[in-house]
Amino acid sequence: MKLDKFWISVVVVLVAGFAFTKLVDNEFYFFATYVVLQGLVMAVAWNILGGFTGYVNFGSAGFFALGAYTMVALNKAFGLPLPVMVLIAGTLSGLLGLGVGYISLRLKGVYFAIATLAIALVLETVVNNSHYLGGAAGTYVIQPKESFIFDNYIELLFMFMLLIAVVATAVSRYLSASRLGMGLAAVRDDEVAAECMGVPTLKLKLISTTTMGIFMGLAGSLFPFFVTFVDPVSAFSLLIAVNSIAMPMIGGTAVWYGPVIGALVLGVVQETATVTISSELNLLIVGVMLVGFITMAPRGIVGLYEDYKAKRKGQNNG
Amino acid sequence: MAEPVLKVTDLTKRFGGFVALDTVNMELNDKERLGLIGPNGSGKTTLINCISGALTNEEGTVNFNGEDITQMKAHKRAHMGISRSFQIPKPFGTMSIIENLLVPMEYAAWDRVDHRNLREQAMDILELVGFKDRADENSASLTQVDMRKLELARALAAKPKLLVSDEAMAGLSGSEVDEILEILFALAERSVAIIMIEHIMRAVMRFSERIIVLDAGKKIADGSPDEVVSNPDVEKAYLGE
Ligand SMILES: Nc1ncnc2c1ncn2[C@@H]1O[C@H](COP(=O)(O)OP(=O)(O)OP(=O)(O)O)[C@@H](O)[C@H]1O
Ligand SMILES: [Mg+2]
Repeated sequence: MKLDKFWISVVVVLVAGFAFTKLVDNEFYFFATYVVLQGLVMAVAWNILGGFTGYVNFGSAGFFALGAYTMVALNKAFGLPLPVMVLIAGTLSGLLGLGVGYISLRLKGVYFAIATLAIALVLETVVNNSHYLGGAAGTYVIQPKESFIFDNYIELLFMFMLLIAVVATAVSRYLSASRLGMGLAAVRDDEVAAECMGVPTLKLKLISTTTMGIFMGLAGSLFPFFVTFVDPVSAFSLLIAVNSIAMPMIGGTAVWYGPVIGALVLGVVQETATVTISSELNLLIVGVMLVGFITMAPRGIVGLYEDYKAKRKGQNNG
Repeated sequence: MAEPVLKVTDLTKRFGGFVALDTVNMELNDKERLGLIGPNGSGKTTLINCISGALTNEEGTVNFNGEDITQMKAHKRAHMGISRSFQIPKPFGTMSIIENLLVPMEYAAWDRVDHRNLREQAMDILELVGFKDRADENSASLTQVDMRKLELARALAAKPKLLVSDEAMAGLSGSEVDEILEILFALAERSVAIIMIEHIMRAVMRFSERIIVLDAGKKIADGSPDEVVSNPDVEKAYLGE
């Protein structure tokens, strides 16, 4: 395979992340970057369905929580190795994604979005009433003592989430640039026309919803070990659901790097506000930024940059 | 006699209680140029929807190349070589003009195209409809007339064996209509069966070897252009009692 800029960046990011764990001791930085990366995975996953395929998912928190609570259950029942449990969590939320894909057969547009929200509510109700999972009161999860080659468990979780973020971004990039991505875009633009031009629309939608489900589940899978106390309020958090829509919108939904940029910008702003003022502000911040971008820059930061470039070019030529 | 490319048998299509197509029968041979006419709302587009798979009919059958495709999904029919334009244009609005053509090339015509130079092949088709210099323009900002041309270009890009043009020429100038007709004539020469739905009678009469007339969901005439124009039922359908 040809080594292009993207894969070089991937290696650089992973190496830098690893060096970060060796050079920095203050755990706060790992907590903060972990949260940003978690948001990034959610945003990239949301955009595969929302941005590339044109189906809006309001129930992101449901997929996230399914990943998280699968871990809680597996950890309690079997105490399997972390990567094994993470893979199972990702698989289960991928299956939920597959189910959601079949819903798209009957429901489009706003009705599909509402259905995804309803699924999250159903899952939350199930958890609330499950004694085994801690119910509404929540449950403690004990971090393993062993932290592999890292100094502590939070560094391990950080590195793991960084890896998930890189894989999610690579998959999203592949999807957008491939024949598959062209088919997804056709589905987004006009499903009937896509079908009549030979695009197997159902199959592509299922691929899209399943991929989204897998990555949202992976994002949630490490959450119990990260917070060590999980309850439905934190796992089905409104902030998670809103952020995963807002980050792609702010960054730009049309290209794979849009949600990455949006997640970094919004994530850093929110983490900074959490430290300097209060985490209570996070919902307000995302709300204000979302409204601002939707009204003034509907194509997000990527769109703003493209307009700027086009203008510069126009001036130079004129 | 060679088997017909397309054979529609006793096709009935209802929307609720409304009968949009009533036991329609039709056949189409290889290379044949068929005109499909009828007053507004007579069921022409609905018939095309049932043939292309955009709609499914509960009664009657559609056969293509000897295979019963009545239950087949639209994208599989497209793979088999059925391609159509949409009367109300449905461009892939976030894509450029040329990208609109690449979709059917990458999907419907996947088995039929040479994958080494897709863009050049797409450019050749764009040149036919006069879009050569506009390949990278966004398709959503085209005028209605240009969108119809794009519809036809995109349908051609699917490398069809059966092409259905649903009023692709509405709004075109006389010389543009002639250019499109030349394209379609050349296509039929290369073993493509063509169904043309058109309100421009001059174009239909010139193009068609055979004409089918629909009225209120029923086939009321099927014959050579001369036979059809002199058919009293057809006159009645168009001019009223
Ligand atoms: N999806 C639908 N649901 C309900 N009724 C429909 C639908 N599609 C078409 N019809 C009705 O079926 C009848 C036939 O419509 P169709 O579009 O096939 O006519 P047409 O011959 O193509 O007309 P035109 O010349 O105006 O294009 C019309 O009365 C139309 O209102
Ligand atoms: Mg019509």
